[in-house]
Amino acid sequence: MSSVRVGVLALQGDVEEHEYAVKRAAEELGVNVDITRVKRVEHLNGLGVLIIPGGESTTIGSLARRNGLIDRLRDLIINGLPTLGTCAGAIFMAKEVRDSVVGETGQSILGVMDIAVVRNAFGRQGESFESDLEIDGIGIVRSVFIRSPAIIRAWGNTRPLASVMHPRLGNVITAAQENNMLTTAFHPELTTTKIHKYLLEVAMGRQ
Amino acid sequence: MSVATGFEYLEKLRDFFYGMLELRDRLRASGFSWPRPYELGGVATGTVKVKVGFPSMLRNGVIMDVTNVEQAQIAEEAGAVGVMVLDKLPYDVRKAGGVARMADVKVIEDVMRHITIPVSAKVRIGHYYEAFILEQIGVDLIDESEVLTPVDEQHHINKWLFVVPFVNGCRELCEALRRISEGASMIRSKGEAGTGNVSEAVKHFKVLYGAINELYAAYRDGDEERLRDFARQCQVPLELVALTARLGRLPVITFAAGGIATPADAALMMWLGADGVFVGSGIFKSQDSRERAEAIVLATAHWDDPEVVVESQRMVSERASMMGTDIRSLKPEELLQTRGV
Repeated sequence: MSSVRVGVLALQGDVEEHEYAVKRAAEELGVNVDITRVKRVEHLNGLGVLIIPGGESTTIGSLARRNGLIDRLRDLIINGLPTLGTCAGAIFMAKEVRDSVVGETGQSILGVMDIAVVRNAFGRQGESFESDLEIDGIGIVRSVFIRSPAIIRAWGNTRPLASVMHPRLGNVITAAQENNMLTTAFHPELTTTKIHKYLLEVAMGRQ
Repeated sequence: MSVATGFEYLEKLRDFFYGMLELRDRLRASGFSWPRPYELGGVATGTVKVKVGFPSMLRNGVIMDVTNVEQAQIAEEAGAVGVMVLDKLPYDVRKAGGVARMADVKVIEDVMRHITIPVSAKVRIGHYYEAFILEQIGVDLIDESEVLTPVDEQHHINKWLFVVPFVNGCRELCEALRRISEGASMIRSKGEAGTGNVSEAVKHFKVLYGAINELYAAYRDGDEERLRDFARQCQVPLELVALTARLGRLPVITFAAGGIATPADAALMMWLGADGVFVGSGIFKSQDSRERAEAIVLATAHWDDPEVVVESQRMVSERASMMGTDIRSLKPEELLQTRGV
C-alpha cells in the first residue's frame, strides 16, 4: 500500500500533538503515513499533505521568512497541496490579519486563503475556552480555543464549516475550507482525530 | 511525545487531589461556583484542556524577561513566543537584595497593550493575592517564582483555583510532580537565576530526566511497586507518577530556565529535552540585546540543525555577553533555587 507523506511545519508550536493526531487518524482510516518535520525548504520535497500547527504566528512567520520558506510554501499551497492550518496556522494562511488590541501587525504571512482573521479575538488566555462544535461534513467535535483568532470574513470559494455562538462576540466562523485549504481557529490536535481524518480524505480525493 | 494524551487523565486527577471535592461542596454551599470551569452558553473557560493546552502552543519557543514596553517590543520583533514582565531582571534582584515582589501593575498593563504575544508575570511563592491581581488584569501565564521573595516557606498556591495557567520551577522530579498536583500547567527548571551560568539548569534537567527514565523503565517492566514507592517518597498521588512513567516525560510542557545567556546555551537545553526556554537576564543584561534575542530564538527553533546553531552563535559576541557568576562562589543563603519545598 502506498503511503501519504505528511509534513508538519516544525519551526515553533505544538508539532508533536499534530504528529500524534495525524498518526492516529491514519490508523483509524487504515492509511499509511510518513511524517516529516518541515524546518527547511528541502523538507518540502514530495509532500502529499501539509499541517501548520498552533503556536505564535509572529514567531512562525519570522522564522519561515528567515528560512526562505514563505515563497515555497505559498507556491505549493496555491498549486493544490492539501493543507491544514490550526490557530496560528490559520492566521499564517489568511489573506487579511489584524490584532484585536494593537490592530495592524505587519507580520509575515502566506496570504493564500480568502479569509480575514482577527488575532486574539476572544480575548486573553483567561477567556480561552472549550465548546462542542458542529462541523459541516465532520460532525460534533469538542473544541479547544486558546487565545484563538476569529475568522471574521470568508469570500470567493471559501466555505465556512463551523461557527460558535460566543456569549460576547455573537456568531463567529471557526473553521473554513477553500478547495485544498482547511483552517480552524481551534486546536483539533488536542482533542480529536476527526479533522485530521478529513484532511487525509481531502488528500486522497475523497472529500 | 504528545502531551495531549495525558489531558483526560489530568482532568480526572483534578477532581481527585487532596480532598478537593469536599472543598468544592463547601464552597458551593456558600454560593461560589467551583471548580471552574463554569459554562456560559456552552462555552467553558479555565478548563484543564485550556490551561494545559496553552503551554503546548509555546513549544520550541523562547519566553524573554522584560522590564518595560521597549524591551517587550524588541522581544516580539525577535520572534519570542512570550514575555515575562518583572520589576528587576534576576541579575539585578540578586544585586539589590531586600524583598523582591511582583512587577508594577501599570507596567504589565502597558506591555499588554503594546504587543500581541502572551504576557506572563511573576508572583511570590504562596502569594494568592498577587496571583489574583494578575489574573484580574488578564495576564496569560503566571510564574510562581523563587526569584521573588517567598511569602510562604511551606506552601505553594493552590493553582487549581485559578482560570489562568501557572508555571513553576523544579530541581528534580518530586518537586515537579508536587507542583503539578497543586495545579501547575507548565514546569520549568529552576537553574540559578541571574547568574548567566547555565550549569544548574543542566544539572536540574539531567536529574529530572534521569528519574523519569527510571520510572519509564519500571513501567515497561510492570514494576508497580517501584512506582508506588516513588509516589510515597515524593508525597504525590500514584496516578500522577504512573502517568509520567507511561508518557516517559512530564505530563505538562517543560521549559528550561536559569542562567541561559547564549544561543548555544538554549540549543544545549533543547537537546537535553526541554520543550522551550525562558531567558532571564541573558538578553537585556548583554550589550547586544537585539541580535542576541533573535539568535536565541533561532537556536531554539533549529537546535537539531548544526548549521543554523553556528549561524545563530555567530550573531552574538562573547565580549557582549552578560558577566557570569560561578555557582561555587555563591553562599548557600544566596541561592534562589532552594526556595519553596
